[in-house]
Amino acid sequence: MPIHEQSLIRPENLKTHDKLVIDGIDVSGHWSTFIESRVVTDYNERLQEEIAALPGGEHIHRCWQCGSCTNSCTVNAVNPDFNPRYWIYLIRLGMESELLRDKDIIWQCVSCNKCTYACPRDVFPEGVMKATAHWLELKGHTPKSKSMHFDEEFSEQVVATGKIEEGRIIRGFFARTAQPLMQPWLIEMARRLARHLPIKLGMLMGLAALIRPRTRRWGKARRALEEYVDEQQTKQRAALGLGDLVEMAKAELNGAGKRG
Amino acid sequence: MSDTPVEDKKAKYQRVAYYPGCALEGTGHAYNRSTKAVGKALGLELDEVKNWNCCGAMEVKNIDPKIQTYLSSRVMSIAANEMHADVVMAPCNGCYHNLKKAEHDLAHDAGSREVVDRISQKAGHATYQAGQLETIHALDWIKQGVGEEELKKRVKNSLKGLKVANYYGCMYTRPRHIFPEKDRGPGSESTSQPHFMDDLLEAAGAENVDFALKTACCGGAHTLSDSDTSTKLVLNILRAAEAAGADVIATECPTCHSGLEMHQVRAETVLGQKTTVKMMYFTQLLGVALGLAPRKVGLHENVSDGIELLKSKGLE
Repeated sequence: MPIHEQSLIRPENLKTHDKLVIDGIDVSGHWSTFIESRVVTDYNERLQEEIAALPGGEHIHRCWQCGSCTNSCTVNAVNPDFNPRYWIYLIRLGMESELLRDKDIIWQCVSCNKCTYACPRDVFPEGVMKATAHWLELKGHTPKSKSMHFDEEFSEQVVATGKIEEGRIIRGFFARTAQPLMQPWLIEMARRLARHLPIKLGMLMGLAALIRPRTRRWGKARRALEEYVDEQQTKQRAALGLGDLVEMAKAELNGAGKRG
Repeated sequence: MSDTPVEDKKAKYQRVAYYPGCALEGTGHAYNRSTKAVGKALGLELDEVKNWNCCGAMEVKNIDPKIQTYLSSRVMSIAANEMHADVVMAPCNGCYHNLKKAEHDLAHDAGSREVVDRISQKAGHATYQAGQLETIHALDWIKQGVGEEELKKRVKNSLKGLKVANYYGCMYTRPRHIFPEKDRGPGSESTSQPHFMDDLLEAAGAENVDFALKTACCGGAHTLSDSDTSTKLVLNILRAAEAAGADVIATECPTCHSGLEMHQVRAETVLGQKTTVKMMYFTQLLGVALGLAPRKVGLHENVSDGIELLKSKGLE
């Protein structure tokens, strides 16, 4: 699979005149194609540092743009616009507005780690993809992706009880993303499963849905994990320059309260 | 650990701590059942890790990788410090991968050690120290704890005539650095061309087909959150297996297994693309070869119904 290179010329910047004569020479149609120049003025010089401050993004500075990640990428084979090497390039240059053009697909990384396997510089591109998707959400550029909803539902259950129960995860995920649970293909799967499923197992699965599986004596671990999550989230927001905003908003509210 | 001589490994893997994980109590129930049944038939013993917790699968690391490291370390701490085990076996690729990753991070990253130690102390249990335990997969357990020669002697129903595509998925081989014992020449597992499952099923009489997508990704991480991509990836794997002439795709991971089954149905219902290849856990196939009844290895719990296929091959 060849490396798919993003065209550096945007289609909307190609200008062609249907009828154009210059110095008596007819250059109508594609002969008159011009490329409208564009100037990038909105560099975010801290972009690489911001990505590096999020889990998974730590080693982005090692990249030397060989393209092994994109070449081995599972998602790139399905969608050629999914291009980890290009995004790492943009992040390192600080070209935030260019990166934002692909903001709606970056979360689709399937974590197969073929890129990490292929990378000669230990950039851990899989981690960089996760950090970038996370960054897009923290900065408010994208709404929470379905994947993030799933990860949150899952993680909250693990932190709360030490274990997960798949049925509960699926129900929670469909509820969070406002999708109907009765997908035709899920119904078809349940139908096929029911063919041989003994009553006993059916009962067990029913009980699993009622009685929540949990790790015993988990309370202390739960509190320790919750503390850690809070601490990390504050750190990450500060690194992205978001912590100040929260403080400012708080101060503003306090001020308003006092004035009131 | 990887330098342990073969005979010592046989003794070492005879009785191991067993970490089934959440999926094996739910959708992967048949894998749990068949792993235990095959172990018993081969004279291997399992000691379930007491009061274990979830390893975080592929989700918790996206919230914070160090939480995942802690979750795995707690399981390993119980196995090593409370059960005094030397080896922990996880049949699920996700659990196996996470335990291996935690082992690597705790050995090489001071930041991970600091966080795990802090949370372990607050949670009130001993902090797991890198090197206390060896983590192995169900494939290592049978391949190195029993071996092909011994397995061959115990086969009652040879899988002769059954064409199998062995599917290993992502988390058993990638990324390379968390599996220091792999890619170490003859006898060791390969991360680019894994063969442990092929070796075991061949010993059980199966005919392994030449399958190029052994370590391709099924999109398991987004099986519900990006179903269209997962369906495309799975359909690709199913078609490649059929093109190679396989009757069955042998699996070694509950997430891959249910992903293949689920998106086989989805490809048929949503895209109208029907495939007929069956999915079976490698332990189910080994169980049948060892003479266990299909129900004993949970074949009736699979969504893709392979019982008819086995009957047609005279294996039931």
